[in-house]
Amino acid sequence: MATKLKEADVVIVGMGWTGGIMAKELSDAGLTVVGLERGPPRSDADFSVPMIRDELRYAVRNELFMDVSRDTLTFRNTPGQQALPMRRLGSFLPGEGVGGAGVHWNGQTYRFSPHDHALRSRVEERYGKSFIPQDMQLADWPMSYAELEPHYDKFEYMAGISGKAGNIAGKIQEGGNPFEGPRAREYPNPPLKPSLASEMFTETTRKLGYHPFPRPAANMSRPYTNPDGIQLGECQYCGFCENFGCEANAKASPHITVIPAALRNKNFSMKPYAWVTRVNRTADGKRATGVTYTSVLTGEEFEQPASLVILCAYGFGNVHLMLLSGIGKPYDPVSETGTVGKGYCYQVATVVQSFFEDRIFNPFMGTGSLGVVIDDFNGDNFDHGPVGYIGGASIYSASLGGRPINQRGVPPGTPRWGSEWKKATARWYNRTLQMSVQGSNMASRYNYLDLDPTYRNAFGLPLMRMTYNFTDNDEKLSAHLTTVAHDIARAMGPTHLGAKAPRRAPYSIVPYQSTHNTGGAIAGHDPSKSALNRYLQSWDVSNVFVMGASAFPHNSGYNPTGAVGALTYWAADAIRTKYLKDPGPLLRT
Amino acid sequence: MVDIARRDVLTMAGAVGVGAAIPVSPALAEAPGKDPPQAPAANAARSYQFFNLDEAAFIEAFVDHLIPADDLTPSGTELGISIYIDRQLAGAWGKGARMYQLGPWAAGTPQQGYQLPLAPADLYRCAIRAVEAHCASAHGGSFDRLQPALRQQVVQALSEGRLPLQEIPAGASFDKTFFDMAYANVMEGLFADPIYGGNKDKRGWKLVGFPGVMAAHAENIERFRGKPYPVEPLGIADLS
Ligand SMILES: Cc1cc2nc3c(=O)[nH]c(=O)nc-3n(C[C@H](O)[C@H](O)[C@H](O)COP(=O)(O)OP(=O)(O)OC[C@H]3O[C@@H](n4cnc5c(N)ncnc54)[C@H](O)[C@@H]3O)c2cc1C
Ligand code: SF4
Repeated sequence: MATKLKEADVVIVGMGWTGGIMAKELSDAGLTVVGLERGPPRSDADFSVPMIRDELRYAVRNELFMDVSRDTLTFRNTPGQQALPMRRLGSFLPGEGVGGAGVHWNGQTYRFSPHDHALRSRVEERYGKSFIPQDMQLADWPMSYAELEPHYDKFEYMAGISGKAGNIAGKIQEGGNPFEGPRAREYPNPPLKPSLASEMFTETTRKLGYHPFPRPAANMSRPYTNPDGIQLGECQYCGFCENFGCEANAKASPHITVIPAALRNKNFSMKPYAWVTRVNRTADGKRATGVTYTSVLTGEEFEQPASLVILCAYGFGNVHLMLLSGIGKPYDPVSETGTVGKGYCYQVATVVQSFFEDRIFNPFMGTGSLGVVIDDFNGDNFDHGPVGYIGGASIYSASLGGRPINQRGVPPGTPRWGSEWKKATARWYNRTLQMSVQGSNMASRYNYLDLDPTYRNAFGLPLMRMTYNFTDNDEKLSAHLTTVAHDIARAMGPTHLGAKAPRRAPYSIVPYQSTHNTGGAIAGHDPSKSALNRYLQSWDVSNVFVMGASAFPHNSGYNPTGAVGALTYWAADAIRTKYLKDPGPLLRT
Repeated sequence: MVDIARRDVLTMAGAVGVGAAIPVSPALAEAPGKDPPQAPAANAARSYQFFNLDEAAFIEAFVDHLIPADDLTPSGTELGISIYIDRQLAGAWGKGARMYQLGPWAAGTPQQGYQLPLAPADLYRCAIRAVEAHCASAHGGSFDRLQPALRQQVVQALSEGRLPLQEIPAGASFDKTFFDMAYANVMEGLFADPIYGGNKDKRGWKLVGFPGVMAAHAENIERFRGKPYPVEPLGIADLS
């Protein structure tokens, strides 16, 4: 029997970016809030030099990530196949522990573009209804860019983003992204210092007529104190950023920003090592009564009653808990009914390398976000008529680090071992320029999440099953935009140009691509087509709110966390100003 | 190169009544003249925890084939890469920590990734046995005794998943699975921090010019933009 704990106003499942923001916002509102996190607490001692500068431990053995021996998902490309467990991490790296993936993220922090929020309308208007492929589940987001703007702003100032605005209140700013939606004000911090690769990319893309801008970064370009009085240090360009915790407290992360800010409130308490296995509901199923969790330290089960349940367990955890707890109707791709698990999207990413005999890049001087971007081929910033696909990509130079196990390149045709390989590695390690194409991904009928009929996790519960493949639209996008990136690399005049390798089906769960998994509990206008309403509230169980990229109706050509943060502040605001006054569905169906 | 396999040295040591448990330095076997005999305590860091004698002979030959001695670095074995791999296999990673290991098992597609019921250490053990069986039947000798050209042929075939490995349990892409894992481990042994037993004297880092754990580059990124940054690399142990 589970031990029943004292009722709280709010229980939050997961203490990453979304859980941390919710904890702060709702405890500030005076509610008693309990935050449950399946993984360990994190402190400065966990990330101190020299131990943190261990590529093998953190970037190869993945010490800070989800332990798949306890829980994983199963995967197949198509519904006709047998799904098999992801036995080792690969394609994506979900976080675990206080701070979630926000501990070891890179910090590339974008806003989605205004037309991302009205994608279906925009495509129909510009290209006609018949432009949309048959199985593509294209939808408008249920909130506009303008509605989210103040919440983007709040996230950026909380996290101290270093960047250059491109559009302040409708006025285009020199050096920023001219395609971005209007913002109220400049970024809180100036851009990071450019690397040689950034400078070369800027120069070349300008010459080609594109519009380069410094990538917005959660790595501090100078010491920063955020509106909550939290102090962040100056980034050291240490190159041990992606996959690592920051030794200098210079990477905005939940465990050093929103979570300590929330912990100042006596009415917030946090429990690490608490693995939530179920959201409990009343007998009629209409309301949640709290959650059940297992202490992974003792194995004991507890019930935490609460009037409001907020899922912040990363997209996968959110959808998994909804499926396990019967919140909403599971999606069925055959009849295209049900909503939970629908709209799972990923990204279509490629890398282009080029090699310069007479350049020295010092790749080990970098940050998780250092680079320069063009948005000329993102979203609907260009005419899609001639290319015949929907979506786009941010194309950028990346100076993320030069850790030699993973971040090393040699020109095509180099043998994989022996003296020749060694010679090439010695010569080109410091002379490689890396660019990336981060392509969007649209929801498609047969890409979805449900419960696996065979495999179980350490708690005896069914694993979640992912059915996912790249579509024709994805292949067209990747072929076109990888060529654009390749042409940019060629225009820089390299000694050798790396391979042009656009993504093609079948998608593989093996090589790392990105931890930008979206959808599965999408927000929309119509309860028969979406799991959540525009406030990220479950249509079916009104005291359950579901945060994170699981709410995205499609994935964009940007990193997701700027939008995830904005949506979380937006939902917190709706809870504070609307829900608490009149608990129940915020939109009547 | 001294034409005497390490296995023979160990067997001889056994034959004269020195227990096989007594560690013998790999370098001693390779080049007895260079490395004077050390006290067992000093040798402990260079003797194997996981590999048996046959496996050690295979892995040393494999590592040295991938990372041969030349004017850029000493051989992979001298850089400690075989010791690195041994320690990894003897430790938690080799035993399958942080892997989902429950059945049922099916071969799956390459896109579904690793599906063998074997932890990495078990995979090495089975695969080495199978590669050796192939070398014996196809070439009449163990892998470490093949001529370099033949070794290259075996490694090439292994890397392309073309080597028929008889003793292997079911698994669609087993052959390449082993090579991919071993290849990744060799690269780790060359480039991981020396605390793990490889990258001896930071020769892997020196090869490419990676400065190691000292990484306060807020000023350097401007000062050294486009210019060489020549420093002696430092590892975790240097700062501990
Ligand atoms: C290596 C890496 C690099 C990245 N780089 C970028 C980047 O540059 N830019 C960007 O925009 N995004 C990036 N991301 C993605 C970014 O980290 C996520 O978008 C963000 O952290 C999502 O916030 P979240 O709150 O939804 O999930 P998380 O921050 O992951 O937090 C979820 C938390 O819930 C916990 N949890 C899950 N299930 C349960 C359960 N059943 N019970 C209790 N707790 C549970 C988890 O342990 C975790 O701590 C990166 C991710 C990774 C892994
Ligand atoms: S690159 Fe900067 S933000 Fe990232 S870990 Fe290093 S010091 Fe921290």
